[in-house]
Amino acid sequence: MATATDIEVVDLAVTPLRELNQRLHDAASGGPRSWRIVNPNGAHAIAVGIDAELDVVIEGHTGYYAAGMNKHATVTIEGNAGVGVGENIMSGRIHVKGNASQACAATGRGGLVVVDGNASSRCGISMKGVEIVVKGDIGHMSGFMAQSGTLVVCGDAGDALGDSIYETHIYVRGSVQGLGADCIEKELKEFHRAELGRLLEAAGADAKVDEFRRYGSARQLYTFNIDNAGAY
Amino acid sequence: MCGIVGLFAKTPEVEANLGALLAPMLHEMSDRGPDSAGVAFYRNPVESGHTKLTLQHDDPAYDWDALRKALKEAHGADKHVERRGNHAVVVAHADAVRAEAWIEEHHPDVKIMSAGEAIEIYKEVGRPEAFIETFDIKSLNGTHALGHTRMATESKVTTAGSHPFSTGLDLCLVHNGSLSNHNGLRRMLRREGVRFQTENDTEVAAGFMMWRQREGDTLQQVVDRCIEDLDGFYTFLIGTRDGFAVVRDPIACKPAVLAETDEWVAMSSEYRSIATLPGAEKAVAWEPAPATLYMWEKERV
Repeated sequence: MATATDIEVVDLAVTPLRELNQRLHDAASGGPRSWRIVNPNGAHAIAVGIDAELDVVIEGHTGYYAAGMNKHATVTIEGNAGVGVGENIMSGRIHVKGNASQACAATGRGGLVVVDGNASSRCGISMKGVEIVVKGDIGHMSGFMAQSGTLVVCGDAGDALGDSIYETHIYVRGSVQGLGADCIEKELKEFHRAELGRLLEAAGADAKVDEFRRYGSARQLYTFNIDNAGAY
Repeated sequence: MCGIVGLFAKTPEVEANLGALLAPMLHEMSDRGPDSAGVAFYRNPVESGHTKLTLQHDDPAYDWDALRKALKEAHGADKHVERRGNHAVVVAHADAVRAEAWIEEHHPDVKIMSAGEAIEIYKEVGRPEAFIETFDIKSLNGTHALGHTRMATESKVTTAGSHPFSTGLDLCLVHNGSLSNHNGLRRMLRREGVRFQTENDTEVAAGFMMWRQREGDTLQQVVDRCIEDLDGFYTFLIGTRDGFAVVRDPIACKPAVLAETDEWVAMSSEYRSIATLPGAEKAVAWEPAPATLYMWEKERV
C-alpha cells in the first residue's frame, strides 16, 4: 500500500495522458501525494484539473495548458511550458523553471504562478485573482483585460501592457515598451510595497521592491461615468 | 492548427545531416497537422543558367527518364533523375522560364513543385510520419530546410493544397493560420497575371509575395505589404535561396518559437520540435515579436 512519503513515477512514454490525468484526479480521495512525471515531451494538457494537495514534478517540457484549472496542488515544470500554462488556476502553485509561452495563467482566479525565465505575449490575460511572478521579461498585450490579482515582472514588459485593465496590480522592474488603453503608472504605496515584497520572497526572486514601478487602471474605460449616460 | 518547422545550418555537420535533424522536428508536429506534410530543402545548387525542377505526377510509376530524355533533346539536361515518392528532381540546361514552359507544353499532367538553383519541394497528403518514410527525408542534406504539417481549414486536402508553396525561383512559403480576404486578393492577383491551382488561402499569400517580388520589392518590403494587405492570422516561414525568414501578424496569436545555437537556427510552432535537436538545452529560445521580420541568410561562397 502506498504511503504518503512514496513518490509515484509516471512515464508518459508508456502511460497514456488520460490515464495520468485520471489518476491525478482520483488522488483527491487518497493515494500518493508526491508525483514525478517523466518524458512529457511537450504533450498538451498534462496534469490538468488537479483538485488535491499534491506535489507534482514534471521532468521536461510541457505543451499547451499544463496544470490548467489547478486547485491546491504544487506543480513544478522542469523545462519550458507551452501556451496557456496554469490557465484558470484556482489555487496552489505552479513553478515553470524555463520559459512560458503565450497566455501564461490566463483567466487565473487564485494561487501563485512563478516563471523563472521569460513569459511570452498575453501573460495574465483576463486574470481574475491569480498572482504571477515572472523573473524575466513578458511579451506584448500582457495583462489584457486583467480583472484582479497581481502581476510582477522582474525584467521588461512588451507593448500594450495592461490594455483595457480593470483592477490588477502590475509591477515592472525593467522597461515597458508601451501601456495599453486605460493603463497608467501609479504610486507605489506602503500596501503595494508589502504585497510586492511578499511575492518576491514567495517566488525566490532576486530583486528589490524599490526597483519596481507600479501600473494599474486609470478607471476611465470601465467605470460608469454620468457624463456618458447619453451614449447608453 | 498546422505545424511549421525550419532549420538553418551553421556548420558542415548540420548541413550533412539536415534531413535527419528536420525529420524528428516534423514528426513532433504530427498532432498539429495530421492530413498532409511537406518540406522544402535547399541543397546541391546547380550551375548558373541551369534550372533545378522538382516535378510531381500522381502515378508513382511515372516514367521520369523518358521526360528527362525529351527535355535533354529540347534544352539539355543532367543525366541523373532523383526520385522521391511520386516526385522527381531534374536539372534542365535552360533558364527557368524556358524549362517551365517546356514542361507545361509537353507534359501538362506533370506538376511543377519548385524551380530554382537549390530548392526542392516535396509534399503529399497523409500522416507526416508516412511522408517522412515515403520521401526518405532523413537522407537529405542541405543548407536549410522548411517543413509543414497541415490541418486543413480553408480548402481541400490535396497535394496541391499542401505546403510549402513555391513563390518564385528558389522561394517558398509555409503558413500556420488562415486568411480572410484571400478571395478578393486572388481576383486582384489574377488580373496581375498570377496563376493559381487551388482555392487555398496560403497559395494566395504565396502569389501575393510572388507578385511583389516581381514588382521589385525587397523581402522587407514584401513583408511590409503583407502586413498591410493580408487580413487574418498568420505565422509565415519564408524560404529564400540563402536562408529563411519568419514573420507573424500584428496580433501574433499563431504560435512560433525560435532558437539559436552556434550550430543551427531552428523555428517551430512548438518548442517540443526544437527539443529534439542536439544542443537544444543550451539554445537561446524566444518567441518572435508581432509584425517583425526575423531573417537568417548564409553568405554565398
